[in-house]
Amino acid sequence: MIRVANLFKKFADFTAVNDVSFEVPKGEIFAFLGPNGAGKTTTIKMLTTLLPPTSGRLELNGLDPIREPNQVRQQFGIVFQDPSLDGDLTAAENLEVHGVLYNVPRKVRRERAEMLLKLFELWERKDTLVKKFSGGMKRRLEIARGFLHTPKILFLDEPTLGLDPQSRNQLWTHVKRLNETEQVTVFLTTHYMEEADRVAHRIAVIDHGKIVAIGTSQELRQRTNSESLEDAFLALTGTTIRDETANSGADQMRQFARMWRR
Amino acid sequence: MHAIFILWLREVKKYTRSRVQIVASLAQPMLYLLVLGFGLGPVFQQAGNGSYLQFVAPGVIGMTVLFTSVFSGIALLFDRQFGFLKETLVAPVPRIRIMIGRTLGGATAAMLQGTLILLVCMIFGFRPVSLTSLPLAFVFMALIAIVFSAFGTAIGSSLEDMQGFQLIMNFLVLPIFFLSGALYPLHNLPKVLAVVTRVDPLSYGVDGLRGVLTGRLMVFGTATDLLALSLIAVALLIFGAWRFSKIEI
Repeated sequence: MIRVANLFKKFADFTAVNDVSFEVPKGEIFAFLGPNGAGKTTTIKMLTTLLPPTSGRLELNGLDPIREPNQVRQQFGIVFQDPSLDGDLTAAENLEVHGVLYNVPRKVRRERAEMLLKLFELWERKDTLVKKFSGGMKRRLEIARGFLHTPKILFLDEPTLGLDPQSRNQLWTHVKRLNETEQVTVFLTTHYMEEADRVAHRIAVIDHGKIVAIGTSQELRQRTNSESLEDAFLALTGTTIRDETANSGADQMRQFARMWRR
Repeated sequence: MHAIFILWLREVKKYTRSRVQIVASLAQPMLYLLVLGFGLGPVFQQAGNGSYLQFVAPGVIGMTVLFTSVFSGIALLFDRQFGFLKETLVAPVPRIRIMIGRTLGGATAAMLQGTLILLVCMIFGFRPVSLTSLPLAFVFMALIAIVFSAFGTAIGSSLEDMQGFQLIMNFLVLPIFFLSGALYPLHNLPKVLAVVTRVDPLSYGVDGLRGVLTGRLMVFGTATDLLALSLIAVALLIFGAWRFSKIEI
């Protein structure tokens, strides 16, 4: 379903993704783990047509994201690291916009929106403006939205960041359920090792732009003689702390937006 | 087509839902209208130019459309920061349609705001020369709105964060307003100013609106105004679409 071969992404002063190759078969839940700045999000951006690779081959459901971006976009749903909902629209309207953009016929759009909103326990709040939602509700809505156009692949980029354990637990239960019922291939990144351990069929560990290990949780633990996946992860990637460049613009912008909207 | 429509609808919904902002953004035009309208009125009258309120009202309408549409374009920056832009950019829709939907939506919001100001002007004593002139006045409003929404989209696509926003406001948008003849007649100006005002797209919009609404002698004439605005609109739509296609997340 996903095929990546010898993928490189070089920016002016560093190589974010350095000769990455892997394959994800249909229906698999595949976790992409790595410390901050390891190249996870950059890889997702290249797979989802947001960023052109420097070199290498990419394939999603047999399609090339560079040459056929619009066909590729129809194949996947994505939940980004940062929220991407429109707070000034209601939950139902956010789904409606998504459905129209993905050419889902009106009838199917309404039915699936209802089914997904009920599944993610948002049906009662469907006419509430999204800016009044809690962090967990927003995340659930984003995942529901990602499923609306029945994608073949779902990308989840740190979907549980900042959620309480209840929300996280519930979120993975739903993702697992939809993976089973709709045969969606799931490509996820997370910093919570126990989540990867619980939901992922296979795990790749990436560090400094290179894949350092790939296999089931058990295989990774055996390879590193570790008790837990977390220990395996630390054995593979070391214990030094990575500093990501901070997104300084965001806070300032929030302040500005608040001022402007009074 | 559906994609353009839904993005247009989103912009219009966002506008109609921001009630507080709509009222707040009536304050500035009303200041110009009332303070300048009644303050400069006597001088203007003595200089033999008739009622200043009649004169300035079309200018204030033009200003409102200018500010609202530029800002709707720059709101792209918020969508970029708050993420909704990404949602549209990974959708299987060519970017040009996303840009057109957004721009037309912003232009529609600007026209609604302009219409609101026209009503406010009429409450304070502004009288259009005839009701039959209104449709053409809306054509002019629409053209101004499209020109500056596309302009705003181009700027919004080029800026990375809000820091450049004040710069654009002070060095681009305010001069466009002050040099457009919204506040003073464009006759007998010093040479340099005369040239600059002719480069300003809003000059043609204000001239057109004023001619149509008040029947005053125009600087350029209706046909020239329509032609100039249409050409600028096409040019800026192409430029805006190009800038928009270059956005990287």
